[in-house]
Amino acid sequence: MKRLLFIPLLWLAGASFAAAQSSDHALYTYDSINHANGDAIFHAICQGCHMPDAKGASGAGSYPALANNPRLASPQYMAAVILFGRHDMPSFVERPPDRKNFFKDTMLTDAQIADVVNYVRSHFGNHYSNSITAADVAAMHPHTMVAGHP
Amino acid sequence: MRGEDASQAMTRRELLRLIGLSAGGAAMYAAMDRLGFARASPYQGAPALQGAPRGSSVLILGAGLAGMVAAYELRAAGYQVQVLEYNARPGGRNWTLRGGDTYTELGGFTQHCQFERGLYINPGPWRIPYHHRGLLDYCKKLDIPLEPFVQVNYNAYLHSAKAFGGKPQRFRAINADYRGHIAELLAKASQQGKLDAQVTQEDQAVLLDSLRQWGALNENYAYAADPRTSNRRGYDKEPGGGLSARPLDSQPLQLHDVLSSQLWSGLTDGENYEFQTTLFQPVGGMGRIGEAFGRQLDGLIRYHAKVTAIHQDAHGVIVSYEDARHAGDTQTAHADWCICTIPLSILSQIPINVSAPMAAAIGAVPYAASVKVGLQFKRRFWEEDEAIYGGITLTDLPINTISYPSCDFNRNGKGVLLGAYLYGLDAYQFTAMPPEERIRRAVEYGSQIHPQYKQEFENGVAVAWHRAPFTLGCFATWTDELRAQHYDNLCRIDGRIALAGEHASYLPAWQEGAVTSALDAVTRLHQRVMAGGTA
Repeated sequence: MKRLLFIPLLWLAGASFAAAQSSDHALYTYDSINHANGDAIFHAICQGCHMPDAKGASGAGSYPALANNPRLASPQYMAAVILFGRHDMPSFVERPPDRKNFFKDTMLTDAQIADVVNYVRSHFGNHYSNSITAADVAAMHPHTMVAGHP
Repeated sequence: MRGEDASQAMTRRELLRLIGLSAGGAAMYAAMDRLGFARASPYQGAPALQGAPRGSSVLILGAGLAGMVAAYELRAAGYQVQVLEYNARPGGRNWTLRGGDTYTELGGFTQHCQFERGLYINPGPWRIPYHHRGLLDYCKKLDIPLEPFVQVNYNAYLHSAKAFGGKPQRFRAINADYRGHIAELLAKASQQGKLDAQVTQEDQAVLLDSLRQWGALNENYAYAADPRTSNRRGYDKEPGGGLSARPLDSQPLQLHDVLSSQLWSGLTDGENYEFQTTLFQPVGGMGRIGEAFGRQLDGLIRYHAKVTAIHQDAHGVIVSYEDARHAGDTQTAHADWCICTIPLSILSQIPINVSAPMAAAIGAVPYAASVKVGLQFKRRFWEEDEAIYGGITLTDLPINTISYPSCDFNRNGKGVLLGAYLYGLDAYQFTAMPPEERIRRAVEYGSQIHPQYKQEFENGVAVAWHRAPFTLGCFATWTDELRAQHYDNLCRIDGRIALAGEHASYLPAWQEGAVTSALDAVTRLHQRVMAGGTA
């Protein structure tokens, strides 16, 4: 399983984990999630809806496939969807916590969003050669766009 | 009333008294309502619509609570009603999983619920606050027996893997110690004159009395081991009968330990309006409500209908749908009007010709992740070993919640409890797992609180709402900004189409939001029809 790859990372991430009781990897916390790379983020979060094989799924509505999806031609498009959400998909942009909600929002850094975009665009049969950087993602934030600098 | 000066309030009250004397209670209630008193609930009673024009019709999309409330009331008003539903059953998120049920989530992961007969889990809503008057009213109309849902249980646990060596603490002990230490601190501050600037001497005397009672302090205003504190936090040895019956007092935890444990953060849930006693659950599972509505509307609901397009024009509404089991032949349903209760997560993907503001609202609201895991055990060890009857244990482990069944108390035999109820990042991660891994992990985490788990566990089911084929998410997560921008546009009738559901309410995720939004939508729609009849 790809998931096994990030166990060492978790141990580095620190002491805030509940003691591991089995061979299962420990789950990310709101702190440790920001140490996860693109591979790990895909398998901890994205595949819940887009499915482990990134082929999406369909019921009364659909989750788009991330494999063989022409929209992935633009890494900026993908980054924008992750940053700001789209329709029912939540936003993962770093922002002040909404204290009125009874659960915490999950936020990813610009570097992580770039990393998960690059991971998806180079796996699941995707072979895009270009990539996106944290700085590219940072430039997409509305406030940085207004201010004109990252 | 807040901020009003006393003389004006007296005048109003006097006015009400006079109205009450001359016109009786109903008139008084109506007057109070107009003056802004007595607004306990947005529910004002069923609307009692009547006089629909002969032959006028309404097509309802979705046989969840909102859709079925709408169908029930509009049929009573005289409309021709039909309902399209994606699932093979009525209820939508009002749903109970029982032994023998099969559930296939998106991705094709199929679970066969193995629970013993009579045992169940509610993957969606599971409790009804006493002030959800609309839902309670329909339970009464549909003859659905209710029983108390236990929210707060002083003998359940507060647990942190990082506090007290991971040993769960009884709610009553943390509650008593947190409160007792705070009372003692405040009493000291008062006695040392540190409150003199804010509180009069007379009030401080009363305050001291109240602190002694509130915090179970002794005559020296100290929180210390004695019969008074044991009567709050529990005994080391409980009082009994006979020769060796003398109770032994327990020792309160230190303030520092209580504070640093963070367990105090689990004390106030039951004080929130939504969770205040009394709460209810339908006997036999929350799904009893949807099932009863489905029987009421027998023959009106077309199941396995996947809506693919919604179109309105000057003549009416045309909805295209196909069989959810095998895509292919598109069928159409026609009506004069449409109440659409399809969750926004799905509606945002369906072609629909509504105004730009409503379309923007439909596409603007993200849906929350949530996961519930039901676990069956060979025996009700939480009752037999730990004297926990219903209620909730809270933990900082990813499972977040263990809830013990509020039914079949003190019985022998197997039992099913809610072994995990997750939101946020934990829910994302559980959603990303195959169902059997969610169950395995729920058992593993739960065994840190109840070591009996490993011995007694039999089987489980796990529902991750983002993978539910009929909702693609748990509920609409509005923010203040989103509401300001889109909420009214979502709720306004657009031509011949009105939306309803928990997403069109200020009660997100609550069934009462679905019920009251449906009642509001059908009332406004009926008014529009009666006022002129065209969109």
